Amino acid sequence: MNENKKRKMTLATKRSIVGLLFVSPWLIGFLVFYVRSLIMSVQFSLSTVSVNTASGGYQLEFLGIKNFIYAFTEHASFSQTLVTSLQDILIDVPLIVFFSLFMAMLLNKKFTGRTLIRAIFFLPVIMNSEAITSAIDAVRELMMGGLSATSGAMADAAESGVNMDYYISLFKELALPDSLLDYIVGAVSRINDIISASGVQIVIFIAALQSIPSSLYEVAKIEGATGYETFWKVTFPMVMPHIITNIVYTVVDSFVNSEIVDMAYETAFRQQNWGLSAAMSLITTTIVCLILGIVCGFIQKRTFYYN
Amino acid sequence: MQLAEKYKTKLQNLRDDKQFANDRRKAARVSKKVILGLFKAVVLIGISYLILSPLIGMISSSFFSDSDRYNPMVYLFPANPTLERYTMSIKVLKYGKMLLTSLIYDVSLMAIQLVICSLVGYGFARFNFPFKKVLFGCVVIMIVLPVNTIMVPLYMTFRNFGPLNLLSTPWPVVLMTLFGCGLRSGLYIYIFNQFFRGLPKEIEEAAFVDGAGMFYTYSRIMLVNAMPSVITVSIFSLVWQYNDTFYARMFTMNADMLISMKISSFTNTISNSFKIIDPSILKLYTYAGVILMILPVMLIYVLLQKRFIEGVERSGIVG
Repeated sequence: MNENKKRKMTLATKRSIVGLLFVSPWLIGFLVFYVRSLIMSVQFSLSTVSVNTASGGYQLEFLGIKNFIYAFTEHASFSQTLVTSLQDILIDVPLIVFFSLFMAMLLNKKFTGRTLIRAIFFLPVIMNSEAITSAIDAVRELMMGGLSATSGAMADAAESGVNMDYYISLFKELALPDSLLDYIVGAVSRINDIISASGVQIVIFIAALQSIPSSLYEVAKIEGATGYETFWKVTFPMVMPHIITNIVYTVVDSFVNSEIVDMAYETAFRQQNWGLSAAMSLITTTIVCLILGIVCGFIQKRTFYYN
Repeated sequence: MQLAEKYKTKLQNLRDDKQFANDRRKAARVSKKVILGLFKAVVLIGISYLILSPLIGMISSSFFSDSDRYNPMVYLFPANPTLERYTMSIKVLKYGKMLLTSLIYDVSLMAIQLVICSLVGYGFARFNFPFKKVLFGCVVIMIVLPVNTIMVPLYMTFRNFGPLNLLSTPWPVVLMTLFGCGLRSGLYIYIFNQFFRGLPKEIEEAAFVDGAGMFYTYSRIMLVNAMPSVITVSIFSLVWQYNDTFYARMFTMNADMLISMKISSFTNTISNSFKIIDPSILKLYTYAGVILMILPVMLIYVLLQKRFIEGVERSGIVG
């Protein structure tokens, strides 16, 4: 009987069971921690939440989709902030991804002082992390009051001594299309942000470049491929899956640091409007998921996998 | 005029001469290499400078003494360098002890992350099971969803965790990590998934034909071949965990256990306990503290990234 059963199980079903076993720790965690929390968030977003500070509990009053409607139509700045945040993300992502791929290729070659340079390029990852930024922000705030961030950025721009207007007018005379010009100017003036946002991506790309089997490069060399051809025919397709990873990471990273998330956070913890905050978070999360789905689906089709 | 003409023809001859063809090609190659190398050096050094410039200011001013701070003539190089900022910061942070406890905590979480996320990533990369795409979509949702959205429900979950109140202990974070929902676990699952998918199927089939079980294949074949991803994930999980204050605050963990909690309130601690009111002096202390905080992770990164190369040399794919 038992033997019969065993024989009936095909390799495919067996593999699917093993696959589920591999995934199970995460699945349990997701069901316990996330699904529950997501359901609660949805509940919050559909109602007014009044927190009972004495007992630590909360009460819900069902509202329907009023919170969502309020966010879009009545809230002073929600839709505008949403659009600008999304715009920023869309501008930054391609720049960061290509910059980090380029940097990773430079850092992957052998040269003297590579360890030092790699360490330097990793610094932004550490410097941008919560604990350190909050320590430095605390001092800045003490130094200049609450306006630290904006005044700091302004001081930087003033100190650099580059007359942007001059260059802009120079390019205007070249009759470049205005939208392209805006993009380039935006990119150049953001170079600091881009560098500090691409530390993680550089590490991921270095790992990706390292995992390309060297035999492929040998073959390319023997067949007489130039460096340019080797890049487009070997390197690029092989790092393609990791380009997707990096797009996902970059989108999420710039999204988490964007104003719209701050706004949801403020709404919850300053104005105590938990329902509206949950609605905002759900809207933005859905939109970002949609963008990621479209972009990744588009690239995934053109990606080479072994299976 | 005639002379110029003469040299011109001579140069022309030299250019056309077959005898020097190799030399010419070599010269072109060498000069191309030099120019490219110079270009690379300029780019790398320029960007390194952009990254380092704020840090250089921090390092130099952390050695300033009080008199240097108020001396307008002193720029970058302190006139009376002092280590007082560092000795004080080490004392206030209880540096040795804090570093040890934080690192034990972070490294053990890193180990859990590595095992769990690589298992899950492998499961998604190589096995087919019902609803796989939907479930992987859930991984992406987990990456995208800002943690502060689900902060309140999580807090509630661990406050009434069965009969226990797990807040103020490391258990909430450990439990969440153990079940693949820790700090940025979704991203690590994604990274592992992409790396495993990029490995050729042949090595797995070879292992299978040789009689290796599926778990054995994962641990002895796939993980070893995906060494770069293991190193990447360990670097990230260590650094982010080391710097995390969000989870620690959310679960109201003891501030005397983690260096990240100490550093984020460092300025206030110093100003309260030593009655230093002048913000520009406080700044010097904070800089020293931040540098003390950065140093160990930087060291770990340098040691780990060296293994990038070794990992690949060991992982020969026969083919």
